[in-house]
Amino acid sequence: MDAITLTNISKTYNKGSVLAVDDISFNVAKGEVFGLIGPDGAGKSTIFRLLTTLLIADKGSATVAGHDVVKDFQTIRKLVGYMPGRFSLYGDLSVEENLNFFATVFNTRLEENYDLIKDIYVQLEPFKTRRAGKLSGGMKQKLALCCALIHKPEVLFLDEPTTGVDVVSRKEFWEMLSRLKKVGITILVSTSYMDEATRCDRIGLILSGKLLSINTPEATVKAYPEKLYGVKADKMYALLNDLRAYQGTLSCYTFGEHLHLSFKSSEQEVMSYMQSKKHLNIEMKPITPTVEDCFIRLLNNQNDRNSN
Amino acid sequence: MKYFINWHERQNVRQISTTCFCNEKMKQLASFVKKEFYHVFRDWKTLLMLFGLPVIQIMLFGFALTNEIKNADIVVVDNAHDLASQQITDKIAGSNFFSVRKTLRSPSQIDAAFKEGKIKLAVVFPVNFNEDLLHLNKASIQILADASDPNTATTLVNYISSIVSDYQSQLAPTANVPYAILPEVRMLYNPDLKGAPNFVPGVMAMVLLLVCVMMTSVSIVREKELGTMEVLLVSPVKPLMVIVSKAIPYLVLSLINLSAILILSVYLLDLPIKGSLLLLFAESALLIVTALSLGLLISTITSSQQSAMFASMMGMMLPTMLLSGYMFPIENMPVVLQVISNIVPAKWYYIIVKSVMLKGLGFSSIWKETLILTGMTVFFAILSLRNFKIRLE
Repeated sequence: MDAITLTNISKTYNKGSVLAVDDISFNVAKGEVFGLIGPDGAGKSTIFRLLTTLLIADKGSATVAGHDVVKDFQTIRKLVGYMPGRFSLYGDLSVEENLNFFATVFNTRLEENYDLIKDIYVQLEPFKTRRAGKLSGGMKQKLALCCALIHKPEVLFLDEPTTGVDVVSRKEFWEMLSRLKKVGITILVSTSYMDEATRCDRIGLILSGKLLSINTPEATVKAYPEKLYGVKADKMYALLNDLRAYQGTLSCYTFGEHLHLSFKSSEQEVMSYMQSKKHLNIEMKPITPTVEDCFIRLLNNQNDRNSN
Repeated sequence: MKYFINWHERQNVRQISTTCFCNEKMKQLASFVKKEFYHVFRDWKTLLMLFGLPVIQIMLFGFALTNEIKNADIVVVDNAHDLASQQITDKIAGSNFFSVRKTLRSPSQIDAAFKEGKIKLAVVFPVNFNEDLLHLNKASIQILADASDPNTATTLVNYISSIVSDYQSQLAPTANVPYAILPEVRMLYNPDLKGAPNFVPGVMAMVLLLVCVMMTSVSIVREKELGTMEVLLVSPVKPLMVIVSKAIPYLVLSLINLSAILILSVYLLDLPIKGSLLLLFAESALLIVTALSLGLLISTITSSQQSAMFASMMGMMLPTMLLSGYMFPIENMPVVLQVISNIVPAKWYYIIVKSVMLKGLGFSSIWKETLILTGMTVFFAILSLRNFKIRLE
């Protein structure tokens, strides 16, 4: 049985004028880490709120842990852990007070599921008398995760848990998630950081309320249809403009210190085009696309479709 | 047999789990209430408002914004210069309501003195005042008051009249003057026309309503604003738990507040509590619960702390001040306002407090008002419980 199912879910705001989620269907298997990847405003938070029974969909149906999100909302609220997109703990309560409060909210005690949160709690312990509002961004998120885990939920909903968190803390955070997966907790996580996508079992790319693709990170990358090249030269900005003007180019964008380029003409033709534009120290090599490349491609396709 | 034992055991288990359940609920409530107290005590702005407001209001109304008159400047024009006029002038000067600025020679100077704006009242004794009084049994005094402030003028004239009639009765305590009908006015419950008996019940109503309505509505809306409500909703906690746990701390704090107001008014303003203290507290607790349920109602229809604060201010402060009868008598209002004043909880509480505190009346004379307040409370509570959103929209 799947831990989460969504069937043709649509949701609008402001009496139907804003379409936030557009006919989305997907399933998350028990014990799976499923990532919703997309930019801000794509509809990720709405999906979280629909599944955590905070909102009711206009159309379609959804279940969490086998329960209907509308009919059995009270059952679901006992079974899930939810970490909203922004920091939602009491800033004027200390770390310890927050934990104890949320423990009683879920009819449990800190000690009861201590082994589950031990790894995180150990890091928080030195600050346990500090007010939650005075913690660093990473610590806040760890505390929020602790609070969401305190009752050992069956399904964990993490809405952008690593936004505003430094790289090291982000890495630690994802290591914790993989430990939770081992315990058998199903995790639905959203992020706008593409590099985190590879940490998920499967990812769904979401844009303007539409689910563009669902697959494992590897398959998502493999499904990239064109050959992708990393290009570098002395004058990067001029190179970008020249390549964008070139008629054989399919797409070209800056990616780190390289340009990512795909084209329909041959490698030779592109090379000689760049040389004809008098670029020096040209480097061009084939690369494996990342999730971000896949996303940019989907984004471009969508824009093309909209402009046509 | 084995099956039976098993069954029996299971029964036991169920019993244990139900008692646990009850304990859990109590623990949950206690933890919620504790959290709410942390919020209050860790925010000095809330604390200041909670405990500063009543003290400041009592001080303000007790000493600064008083409509009692002390040491009003007056002038005396004594054309008689005899024993009686001297004695009355001394009596007036001796009271702490008036201070006689100067004694003028001619009535024509009075106008100038009023125009200077220094005096509030002038007393004119006619020639042969004492003679007339003794032989004709009838003498008159002219009293001129600055009626640009009518309330003050009336009060001052009343004071002078009572001083004069006091003198009269001293002069002839046993005299039986035929055909003279003296209206004997007694200001019941507040013979000195002090301001405190009037405003203390008003301040009590205002502080309790303002604090409770504003604090509850703001504290619930704050949870919505901070997003913690989202987390609480996605938990096994029942809405009723959230609501009750919000109400308890403010009920306790408001009762402390009430005690502070009463202590201040008894010891600082010399205003004794004539009726039952227990009844006063019970009725105040009722008003607090009314206010809490009203605050709850506001919190269910507003989404930001500012709008909740604004709604509480507009919804509570103005009607309480204007329509409860403690600043302006309701009888003098247009009929529309008189009708509207009936839905202001403070009006009923004001009547109750005045009856208990000043008149020393018992429950039998305020049961109607109590019933109205109870009805309002139930109405607001049911409405807000129905309105409490178990989802985000």
